[in-house]
Amino acid sequence: MTTMVASPRADLLRVRKWPAAWVTGGAWLVLLVLFGYVFNYVAYRSGNGSFATDGMADAALLESVLPANLPETITSGTPMFGGALMMVLGAMAASSGYGWGSWKTILTQGPSRSAVTLGSLLSLAVVVAVTVVASVVVGLGISTGIALVEGVDVALPTVTDLGRGAGTAFLVLLMWALFGYLLGTLARGPALAVGLGLVWSLVVENLLRGVGGLLDWVESLTTVLPGTAAGSLVGSLAGAGAPGGAPGVLDTLSGTQALVTLLAYVVLLPVVTVLVVNRRDLA
Amino acid sequence: MNELVVETAGLTKRYGSRLAVDQVDLTVRRGEVYGFLGPNGAGKTTTLRMLLGLIRPTSGTATVLGGAAGAPAVTARVGALVEGPGFMPYLSGRDNLRVLSRYRRLPDTVVDDALERVELSARGGDAFRSYSLGMKQRLGVAAALMGEPELIVLDEPTNGLDPAGMASMRSLVVDLARAGQTVLLSSHLLAEVQEICHRVGVINEGRLLRESTVADLLGTATLRVHAEPTEEALAVARRVAGDEVRVEHGELLVPLPPDRAPQLVRALVEQGLDVHSVRHGDRSLEDVFFEMTTNGGTPARKEKVS
Repeated sequence: MTTMVASPRADLLRVRKWPAAWVTGGAWLVLLVLFGYVFNYVAYRSGNGSFATDGMADAALLESVLPANLPETITSGTPMFGGALMMVLGAMAASSGYGWGSWKTILTQGPSRSAVTLGSLLSLAVVVAVTVVASVVVGLGISTGIALVEGVDVALPTVTDLGRGAGTAFLVLLMWALFGYLLGTLARGPALAVGLGLVWSLVVENLLRGVGGLLDWVESLTTVLPGTAAGSLVGSLAGAGAPGGAPGVLDTLSGTQALVTLLAYVVLLPVVTVLVVNRRDLA
Repeated sequence: MNELVVETAGLTKRYGSRLAVDQVDLTVRRGEVYGFLGPNGAGKTTTLRMLLGLIRPTSGTATVLGGAAGAPAVTARVGALVEGPGFMPYLSGRDNLRVLSRYRRLPDTVVDDALERVELSARGGDAFRSYSLGMKQRLGVAAALMGEPELIVLDEPTNGLDPAGMASMRSLVVDLARAGQTVLLSSHLLAEVQEICHRVGVINEGRLLRESTVADLLGTATLRVHAEPTEEALAVARRVAGDEVRVEHGELLVPLPPDRAPQLVRALVEQGLDVHSVRHGDRSLEDVFFEMTTNGGTPARKEKVS
């Protein structure tokens, strides 16, 4: 067994038993169910629009909670709260070990710093993948249930659509998790990393987009920001005529541009993280 | 026996304007228990961190088990507990060790063996955060023992242990050495080092003041001589024993082994001096240590490694 198997295997053991990972994943699922299904369905049943469903016609409301809409439902929250949650998880996964001294212990075990860091990032990717799979399973269960209760046809999404939806959700969540991991590595403490990351993803990017309307160079800068890419990719999946649009979804970039930008982040963030860890004194 | 397991040359670590470790030349031989001795803040932990590759030296080199300190192939053969145990608080002691055994690519059986050796088997299933300071420390030692590493680095291993725990930790270290493992142990507890170490390196303010066997360190046996008049007695004693003779509380401290006492006394009497008493001045490592560390930064005296 090579170190590239040993390290993620070791890291997965600690992540699997880590309450924070379950809490973050659980919070994502709760929010997904609330914003993806509960609010829309309750609004449909009661005929009142909620803030998330404002202005949606009844038919569209029902459509949004049926199985066929699953790819969009599981992706629509990823650029907003999903990404923020995974960023928190990534930041904690990287930074807690500095406070506990566990990185110090782990880095004296034998595997190189690169192997340990990549292993930890790989196990983070597994957590994100499991979260996405759980979202699909939960979404499928709830939407099928609604379809049966409402007596409409249970039309499942095509495998291609579902794959694209799950892939998009995975990529967006992974990018934010990796972003958080880098922040956690730089800050070496969860508080600063989580705080800065949240301010960035929830506030700063939006502010920059606002300023972008005034200054051209800021506008071109905003096109390469992680939030823009995540939002645009999810937006491209929903396509034109999507019901109402999901919160935070943008159409600044084309689907391909957004995908390339996201993939670039998914490659670059780990590279920077490994470089930082390799150069660092572990005092 | 004389194969060097650790060898540093001019090892230096500078933090800004502060020299934490200054030109340390350290040698640890295979199979010995090496005591790394110094007051808090002397540079012990910084040196050990450099040996483990956790921090990079500003200058100088460190060779461990024939390779560069911190190289993966080297650290895989070293077990270490540095500056307190660092574990995941939410995992049990056993799971913490299982995580480490996976990094080391060792079977899970080593975990139970390691817990057994530090008498933690019964509490292995409890969360690390619920452990007492002493139990945390013992888990740290257990982690260092996993996989029978050739070199075990223990930084203040008896920290937080009660007297019984300290005694069993000492016997554990002695057992390790008997089994052929090399132990590099840092401590500020002199009695501990005197009891279990073969050789010691004394460090203060970042400088290695002396490196030798415990016996050699204590071995410059001292005779305490009360002879009067003191000034003349001092001159005679210096003629016999060299310039290192000192006067302390009206007594001469003469660096001579006991079998040369008659020669000294004869010389004093021949000069017509009154010899009131002659006794062996038993020195403990503590005396030597304080002598060395209080007059700060005397140049390193090293025995040749042969």
